[in-house]
Amino acid sequence: MTDTVLPGAAAGAQNRERVRKSLSRRHRNEILFRWAGILSIAAALGFVAILFGMILSKGLPSFWQSTVHVEAFFDPELIEGGPRPVLADFPSPADHQQAVNEWQRAVTLSNWNRIVETALRAEAPDFEIETRDLLELVTSSARFQLRDMYFANPDVLGQTMPVSILASANTDNWLKGTIDRSQPDERQQLAATTRTLADQFEENGTISFDFAWHIFTNVDSRSAPATAGLAGAFMGSLYMMIVVIVLAVPIGVASAVYLEEFAPKNRLTDLIEVNINNLAAVPSIVFGLLGAAVFINYFGLPRSAPLVGGLVLTLMTLPTIIIATRAALRAVPPSLRQAALGLGASRNQTVFHHVLPMTYPGVLTATIIGVAQALGETAPLLLIGMSAFIANIPAGPLDSATALPVQIYLWQGNENRNFFEARTSAAIIVLLGLMLLLNAIAIFLRSRLEKRA
Amino acid sequence: MNALVIAALLLVLLTVSYQVGWSRSRKLADGKDTRLHSRPIYHGVLAALFAVLPAIVIIGLWALFSQSVTNSFILAQLPAEVAQQEPFAVQSAIARVQAIASGYGVIGEPTAAETAAASAYASFQQLSFLGVIAAAAALGAGGLFWAQRRIAPRLRARTEVEIFVRLALIACSTVAILTTLGIVLSLLADALRFFSFINPLDFFFGTTWNPRFQSAGTGSAGEYGLLPLLWGTVMISIIAMLVAVPIGLMSAIYLSQYAHERVRSVVKPIIEILAGIPTIVYGFFALVTVGPFLSGLGEAIGIDIRATSALTAGVVMGIMIIPFISSLSDDILGQVPRTMRDGSLGLGATQSETIRKVLLPAALPGVVGAVLLAVSRAIGETMIVVLAAGNSPVLRANPAEPTSTVTVSIVNQLTGDADFTSPQSLVAFALGLTLFAMTLLLNVLALYIVRKFREQYE
Repeated sequence: MTDTVLPGAAAGAQNRERVRKSLSRRHRNEILFRWAGILSIAAALGFVAILFGMILSKGLPSFWQSTVHVEAFFDPELIEGGPRPVLADFPSPADHQQAVNEWQRAVTLSNWNRIVETALRAEAPDFEIETRDLLELVTSSARFQLRDMYFANPDVLGQTMPVSILASANTDNWLKGTIDRSQPDERQQLAATTRTLADQFEENGTISFDFAWHIFTNVDSRSAPATAGLAGAFMGSLYMMIVVIVLAVPIGVASAVYLEEFAPKNRLTDLIEVNINNLAAVPSIVFGLLGAAVFINYFGLPRSAPLVGGLVLTLMTLPTIIIATRAALRAVPPSLRQAALGLGASRNQTVFHHVLPMTYPGVLTATIIGVAQALGETAPLLLIGMSAFIANIPAGPLDSATALPVQIYLWQGNENRNFFEARTSAAIIVLLGLMLLLNAIAIFLRSRLEKRA
Repeated sequence: MNALVIAALLLVLLTVSYQVGWSRSRKLADGKDTRLHSRPIYHGVLAALFAVLPAIVIIGLWALFSQSVTNSFILAQLPAEVAQQEPFAVQSAIARVQAIASGYGVIGEPTAAETAAASAYASFQQLSFLGVIAAAAALGAGGLFWAQRRIAPRLRARTEVEIFVRLALIACSTVAILTTLGIVLSLLADALRFFSFINPLDFFFGTTWNPRFQSAGTGSAGEYGLLPLLWGTVMISIIAMLVAVPIGLMSAIYLSQYAHERVRSVVKPIIEILAGIPTIVYGFFALVTVGPFLSGLGEAIGIDIRATSALTAGVVMGIMIIPFISSLSDDILGQVPRTMRDGSLGLGATQSETIRKVLLPAALPGVVGAVLLAVSRAIGETMIVVLAAGNSPVLRANPAEPTSTVTVSIVNQLTGDADFTSPQSLVAFALGLTLFAMTLLLNVLALYIVRKFREQYE
């Protein structure tokens, strides 16, 4: 062929030699390339493993929290206010209510800390510790817990009852070792005597690690971080998701049906299509700006309300649902439409009675994917004021509330880092658990619906 | 209470009118030789539409305008000099009257004028509510009456209902347009208000970002140079791409060209889990794990790396984007015709040579489009950078130092009790507009490239 090819056997040998050399180089490259691929996959899988490993290892211990089991004596000399007013003694229910309120006020003003202190000292009779340091052992809401017990059942007056009180966040840190136990005294959050007592209590079983149900039933708390829970954030997220489902699904499905089944090919339709594709890629924070400017500033809706959050997330979720529903509609065979039309059904009847029901599994999956996405969204909610500290469970979609991802954001910024790092991971576990549950439901329903269809 | 009354009214109208339409049309057809054009269901729905829609329109109008009507009514009751005050004082005067009328009381003794206005307002409130309810009910009844008079065998009830359904569908699909319009208009309006405080040139080309909050007491507006934020955004996006593109692309290539089907069916979903994790979780991951790890690594090799830095945020954002790149590249590689691959292999090229010299060049436009889409995601990402970038809006080239981005500054400027009048909060909208324009441009470009690529092989 070319002048590099020599004639005869010598040439053949030389060429073979050249090919062999290049071949070994090429095979080496092949192996390197393969390894690059394997390493990339290993890296990606490694990231998943590290991420979940970190969250689980940090978060799971937080679900078991140190709890102090003591015998509380409801001392009649300490609890003021006397017996609970009885309805029969008063001329009207209103008067009775007023007397009850006054009784509750008097009871609240009693020295409940003293009762907590006595109960704790009874567990370690010979231990010398200052009152202030002793009370540091348990959460500061212990006194309200005992008071509420008394409110619920005034008969305990003068009796000794077994009570489980949460240990304070600092005690929990110390016992779990989330704070460096070898640090000198001045860098520890608890006094030396309190730490020794905590260790002693753990040894003799007064302190045990119990499952922390209050993470699910309590609201956020600043004064008693050990009792902080997710109930308020969960309800806020729930209201928002209801708003999203109620608005985004009908509107999204309707737009998809129009665009796919009815829309004439004209400028307006093109405009809508381009719009939807672009909206799907607009950063979420821009939707937050829209919410702040339009819903709050222009329409005067309340800040921090789940309704506004839900509206913003609805607009964000719409493109997801529209695009997925359109794909599902496109997958319905045209023969179905032709058969329905041929039998005399109108176009509306064809679409709503025959085509749309075929897409239910697809619409359902799209809805759940959209809702899961909305459930984890944080940035737009910060802009509409849902990052405020809310200490009660919202009663309706117009009450101030926060949301699960925002609660994670708030907790990771808490100054008690040692305690809240674990608590934040626990909140993340709850959030990821919810998302997993949603996806599992989607897969389950989808397989059932597809079997039927 | 009010909402309950309205809901009850609408429900009653709905059931009654549907029942009337349905039963009347059936009676027409029963036993006689006439045949209805539409089935009774459609007559019922049509009657219900005629009755309920006017009532909803009345109630909707009231909901829209009751606020301003009420305010002007209360102002009319108050002495004339009240209305000439500052808007803020007028608002608080109105709020006082409403509070007195609601019975909760106000701070300080209400004046005689206020008490009188409050009682007038209370009765106005009741009367107007009753009036609106009565008007809605009357209009609904009128609509029903008209609808039931129209019922005849030849009435095209189904066609009319279908026209209404079609209109409702169109209305739903315009929500997307309205959203875009709302975004553009609100961003533009507030950004223009910001530019009335700050020269746009100072904003777009300024190199210092220092929005002094008014509580600092300096009284000056502060400096709003976009460049440090823009640079931070670009730097973090570049780092994210340096992490995501090689890993994402190589995993896609390996999974689609080399891996066994069983491996693929296990590994692919696991990688895609990364796409479903909320960004706040990535932010926490960056803050707690990646940041300290990188800073420890830097210490070991003698470089000073801060725990919250552009590097931390960029690496974690890269991890977040891996599944995005890998699934898009997977699609694109799958679209390259099989014949090209077979031809190359048939000529004796190794598999990796086929991939590098044939598949990738053919898929390049698509991959570039995918990377552009990924960049636009990285630019708009917020929570990772809020937690992990260190929030230090200074122009520096070292990625190991803390930095700040456009999105972080939006969050910082608008979180808290923003009042939408100071440049400190309005700047968020100018930043948002910049962000929106940037991502829009990238997306349009990416979609254009991807579409061109698809057409090439169809």
